[in-house]
Amino acid sequence: MEVPEIESVRWFFTERGEHLDAALKTQAHVHAPAEGFLGKYVFSLDHKVIGKQYYALALVSVFVGMVLSWLMRFHLVWPNAKIPGLEIIAKTGAPGGIITPEYYLSLLTMHGTLMVFFVLTNAPFAGFGNYFLPIQIGAEDMAFPRFNMMSFWTTFVAFLVLITAFFIPDGPPISGWTAYAPLSAVGKDAGPGLGWGQNLWVISIALFCVGQLLGSLNFIATTLDLRAKGMTLMRMPISTWAWFITSAIGLLAFAVLLPACLLLLLDRMAGTSFFIPSGLVVSDRLQNHAGGSPLLWQHLFWFFGHPEVYIAILPAVGIVSHVLTNSLRKPLLSAKVIIYSMMSIGFLSWMVWGHHMFVSGMNPFSSLLFSFPTLTITIPATIITLIWLGSLYGANLQLNSASFFALGFISMFVSGGVSGFFLAQPSIDMYLHATYFVVGHFHMVMGVAAIFAIFSGTYFWFPKMTGRMMNETLGMLHFWITFVGTYCIFMPFHYLGLVGNVRRYSSFVDDFMPALMPLHKFITIAALTTGAAQFIFLFNLVYSRFRGKPASDNPWKGTSLEWSIPSPPPWNNFGGDRPVVYHDPYQYGLKGSTGDFIMQTSPEKILNE
Amino acid sequence: MASTIQSPIALPRRSDSARGSESGIWIALFAITMSFAAFISALFIRQASSDWTHIAAPPILFGSTAVLLISSLMLDISRRQMGTKSATYIKEGNKGLVFLAATLFLGLAFVVGQCLAWRNLAAQGLYLATNPNSSFFYVLTGVHALHVLGGIAALAYLFLQLVVGNSARRNLVNGVVVYWHFMAALWVFLLVVIWERL
Repeated sequence: MEVPEIESVRWFFTERGEHLDAALKTQAHVHAPAEGFLGKYVFSLDHKVIGKQYYALALVSVFVGMVLSWLMRFHLVWPNAKIPGLEIIAKTGAPGGIITPEYYLSLLTMHGTLMVFFVLTNAPFAGFGNYFLPIQIGAEDMAFPRFNMMSFWTTFVAFLVLITAFFIPDGPPISGWTAYAPLSAVGKDAGPGLGWGQNLWVISIALFCVGQLLGSLNFIATTLDLRAKGMTLMRMPISTWAWFITSAIGLLAFAVLLPACLLLLLDRMAGTSFFIPSGLVVSDRLQNHAGGSPLLWQHLFWFFGHPEVYIAILPAVGIVSHVLTNSLRKPLLSAKVIIYSMMSIGFLSWMVWGHHMFVSGMNPFSSLLFSFPTLTITIPATIITLIWLGSLYGANLQLNSASFFALGFISMFVSGGVSGFFLAQPSIDMYLHATYFVVGHFHMVMGVAAIFAIFSGTYFWFPKMTGRMMNETLGMLHFWITFVGTYCIFMPFHYLGLVGNVRRYSSFVDDFMPALMPLHKFITIAALTTGAAQFIFLFNLVYSRFRGKPASDNPWKGTSLEWSIPSPPPWNNFGGDRPVVYHDPYQYGLKGSTGDFIMQTSPEKILNE
Repeated sequence: MASTIQSPIALPRRSDSARGSESGIWIALFAITMSFAAFISALFIRQASSDWTHIAAPPILFGSTAVLLISSLMLDISRRQMGTKSATYIKEGNKGLVFLAATLFLGLAFVVGQCLAWRNLAAQGLYLATNPNSSFFYVLTGVHALHVLGGIAALAYLFLQLVVGNSARRNLVNGVVVYWHFMAALWVFLLVVIWERL
């Protein structure tokens, strides 16, 4: 009986092995090292270079977006002040350097678009994900390196198309990052920037969708197919899980936004009426469209838009969990529960888009239907937060820039999340809708929180990516100014919203608003200061890249696969070997042969694993 | 806290299977399904409007449907005619190639059929912006035809590989076959929507 069994086992291994070897030889992810400047740094197939390209694009976008927010804050409190040089870029938008109310809306639209798409999607998901997902699962590269390269360059073209809107006579669109129809659909009658500016916006976002679809497809295929020996799904680090879940959301969400953009473009350029209703008069002109539904755009947009929020925040949750576990020097109370919670957030994200539309004229019963799953999302989100906080107990917390930003993330996530309870309920949202309360809410929970995770990830992984440490003193300075500054900016937003300060207004002319001006001035000063502090980070990034202290392969005593290879990693990550994984990713706080941790690649046996 | 001893432990089964292109195609199908779901939901919301009318679907659509379904069958026969060796399909004789060429030809015929359907509509004075029904007709058939053209490009690539190199990667062939069947099934669904709703 035993001989055939052994035979069958051997047959299984050889057949399977041959199949694998042959497959691997033809598999696209095994490619030769790149040669020449173009191949190495520009049209690179290397997931690490592509990750850094995404990160760099996000960095440029975030500083552009930040300057736009400065201009907005400046205009709000000093509406008649001259901004020298602005008239060169915006001849009609800022004649003589003074921002017009319309140009304020242009700034607002471009700030939102840049931040949501090109920063919050690009950096934590596409940037870090590209760099570390293949390494953390023990792969040499992504499943489809060519698609990966196309994904970045499509995104880059999308960025250029969007930025072009600043330099055309029409100027950037004024319809907000949500591009609500019919304002966004009827063309130049509706205001400055809604001619070619809006066209460029729609084309840019459509291209962005294509880039993200290619990227998401790649992430999923890579995670499913290219895991190293022993790397079961539950042995993947939380960050990898976050990127994996996010790519599933991204694949389906951007697949909805792309058709929506196509329909909007047809309304604008081909005369169709998907979103433009009958009898619409804009600027005294009857629009030659009929029967369209403006609500349809809102449905399509938010069906993408709400999952997009989780595309921004889930990778942040993953990065923070990964960094935090390392800094605590002990496992989280339950990594598994965090993963399951992220899955349920991902699932619920599809059922809540209507909570953006409580005042849109939707049936009030629908509002109730959307309110319930929205409130339900707070359950997994709270579970994740409690696991982080509970894990702090008895931890040997390492104090450094990475862990401070991770803790700062938790603070932002909770502060911003709590205001979500209010907005999730239709009766309260009716009052708070379109006020600064909403702006404060999403800036904290989605914007700044995700940015904190990006910072945390940067301080944590910089040694791996460059082979040099970042400066800790500058890092701490950067953290404290940013942390305090962010609260100074966004906490008052909530109070402004409660007293009825509406958003998207370029000046406050109603009787009750002048009394709020001192608070607005305080916010503007805080925004200018906090923004300026980001140049400390930029300096640290550039300085450390060239002059930083050389980093060892594993400076943070980490356990996951990225710490088992040289810093920076060679072009094929593991030097041609296929790593073998023996453990769960977070074996901290035990007595291993190398210290208080055991790496995933270490064959040491752990009792009670 | 657990203590450790130095000894290797048994490994769990390797989950790696190098499915490559085939997984890529399956994942892409989810995205494509979602895109068409978006178009169809847009259609269902838009039809509530008072300017929603009815357009007569051009009869040639039934011809092109038959063409696409037969092409799907041809592609499956073509795959069955080829030999397999570990991770590749090998051209064994020319039978497989003939059926693959037939698939390619029928696929192109389908796209030509769609073009004729558009000309038929235009001859009735129905253009993209004429009414919501014609808008949806052009959008749905147009986006589907674009996807079919993508499939035709992939089929042509496979054809060249088999002619020049005698073999093609198994996961790529399987992926393209799945994609092509999916396009046929999607078209039947779209035809029902067009027939029932437009």
